[in-house]
Amino acid sequence: MIDWKKYILVFFITLALFLSAFYLSDFLGNKKIEDVKSIQDKVATDILSSETKFALLEELSCKDVDNTFLSEELGDLAGKIEYGEQNISGSKDEILSLKRYYSLLEIKDYLLMKRVRERCGLKSIFVLYFYSDKEKCDDCEKQGYVLTALREKYPEFRVYSFDYNIDLSAVRALISIYKIKGDELPALVINRKVYEGFQSVEDVEKILPDLLKLKKAEEPQKEE
Amino acid sequence: MISSSMIFAYFITFLAIYIQVFFLVTFLERKREIIRREKEIELKDYPVVTVIAPCWNEEKTLAKTADSLLKLNYPREKLQIILVDDGSTDRTYELMQEYANYPNVEVYKKENGGKHTAVNFGLEKARGDFVGCLDTDSFVHPEALKRIITYFDNPEVMAVAPSIIIHEPKNLIQYAQKAEYEMAVYIKKMLGFLGAIHVTPGPFSIFRKEVFDKLGNYRQAHNTEDMEIAYRMQSNGYRIEQCNDAYVYTVAPGTIKGLFKQRLRWIYGFLNNTLDYKHVLFRPKYGNFALFTIPAGIISISAALYLFAGSIGNIFNRGMEKFTQARAVGLDFGFNFPSLSWFYIDTGVSVILIIILFSLLIVSMILGSRMANGRVKLSVNILYFIGIYSFIAPFWLIKAVYNTAISKKPSWR
Repeated sequence: MIDWKKYILVFFITLALFLSAFYLSDFLGNKKIEDVKSIQDKVATDILSSETKFALLEELSCKDVDNTFLSEELGDLAGKIEYGEQNISGSKDEILSLKRYYSLLEIKDYLLMKRVRERCGLKSIFVLYFYSDKEKCDDCEKQGYVLTALREKYPEFRVYSFDYNIDLSAVRALISIYKIKGDELPALVINRKVYEGFQSVEDVEKILPDLLKLKKAEEPQKEE
Repeated sequence: MISSSMIFAYFITFLAIYIQVFFLVTFLERKREIIRREKEIELKDYPVVTVIAPCWNEEKTLAKTADSLLKLNYPREKLQIILVDDGSTDRTYELMQEYANYPNVEVYKKENGGKHTAVNFGLEKARGDFVGCLDTDSFVHPEALKRIITYFDNPEVMAVAPSIIIHEPKNLIQYAQKAEYEMAVYIKKMLGFLGAIHVTPGPFSIFRKEVFDKLGNYRQAHNTEDMEIAYRMQSNGYRIEQCNDAYVYTVAPGTIKGLFKQRLRWIYGFLNNTLDYKHVLFRPKYGNFALFTIPAGIISISAALYLFAGSIGNIFNRGMEKFTQARAVGLDFGFNFPSLSWFYIDTGVSVILIIILFSLLIVSMILGSRMANGRVKLSVNILYFIGIYSFIAPFWLIKAVYNTAISKKPSWR
């Protein structure tokens, strides 16, 4: 009376649907990783090209220097890597290696931008931000929001964020240069000085009075 | 690492998809047997049929129900109509008198005792070889009875359930139910093929009289007597079919509160009748009813609750994120447009599985609509159904499970 064959057939059809879902998810996850890789390659080429240009033309006219280059692409990259870490399962290792590469690109961009600033007297302000997502760091999430808000408020404010626990010698070098301690995160490095613990928007504005000047300088322009 | 909650989520989703695939495979196997008759048919033989209409305070809807019974395209001398007033406090009994003059209509009044007592009262007076009941919030298509009777050509068929259609939906809640009832036409038909129907609805299910003679009359059965009789029949190996072209129109609850109360009663009835008949569960001798229908009901309830808990969890996490953000930089009421890049579309396994599940549900609704209306129509009602039921169904499910746990019976109205 009971059609057992049908129960088994339906089981296999359902299993096939299930496996297809896993396959499709994996396929799309890989596509996303490829997407991140291609942005990263572009950023790497751009940095290399800027460095080369800078080395070639020691007397480069500062008019030619675009002080906002890369920042958008780096931001896009950061967003995608963060999303990938949380949402693309099954490719953790690849995401991690992309994150390492991203940190390296950040350091290169930071060094280049610092040289550009010194040579051309740009007003850009750089902040190194160390966070952790391994150990419990409640304030890191808050600090992230503060830095995002500051970036939106002051376009010249540039944040380079580093995962404290990342296995990359260049980041470890930065950590030892500034003597960042793992149990006092989040930590900000502003003008070579280390600020441990959560810093609010107001705190950062106090540390960087130049920020307010930047804002003031911009305001009349907006009114024009 | 896959967590245990993840394994449970996959397990429940697997079973939920399994149920829908089971229906679909049954449909593909048996679709040639699904007939939809548009025109009048003639029967070789017209057996005597008794239809009982139990009424309790139905002064507003009685006339429509009774008139539809009188308009049934069936020889009058072969159709006994019994109107039973179950101790109404309004003008129901007075209005019933207008029908007392018809030679095939009998009108009775009894003390209030609940719907099952009114139907049982009618069963005592029934002369037909076939008996049925028609709730007074419903009315029948003129051809419905003849179409149902053709199913009894098979001597194994002991009861036939009709297709219930929502009558003139007027608001979103009723349109949502229209989509749901159309899906039920499909599901019921498939369960009929599987010999596994678990409810013979109050509106116009027709039984061989011997069902009641051998198995006894209706019971109170947690206010779902039409479900209990089907459980009793299934546990005795009686076959129940579904006649997809026998239309019964019913007035759906038009408010959230009305719908909630009705569904609470149904789900509570399902859970408690299942507990009462737990001895049949998973026992092959009770057929697909024990192996498929009841487990499918339990899985559907669990899956709906699980999905709901998941959504609540997500909303909570989003809320916490916003809260942290507000603590850090103050409240930001500005709306950030979500990125349009496909990169940020969730392509996780669970999302894809839920898309598969919902697609199968939508296929069910389309097939049901074709069986009920004779045409494939992608109606916007499907969206109302998914939208409204996703929000409120979990609440009646939770309440029904809770009431079952503390043994609290919901009321009829």
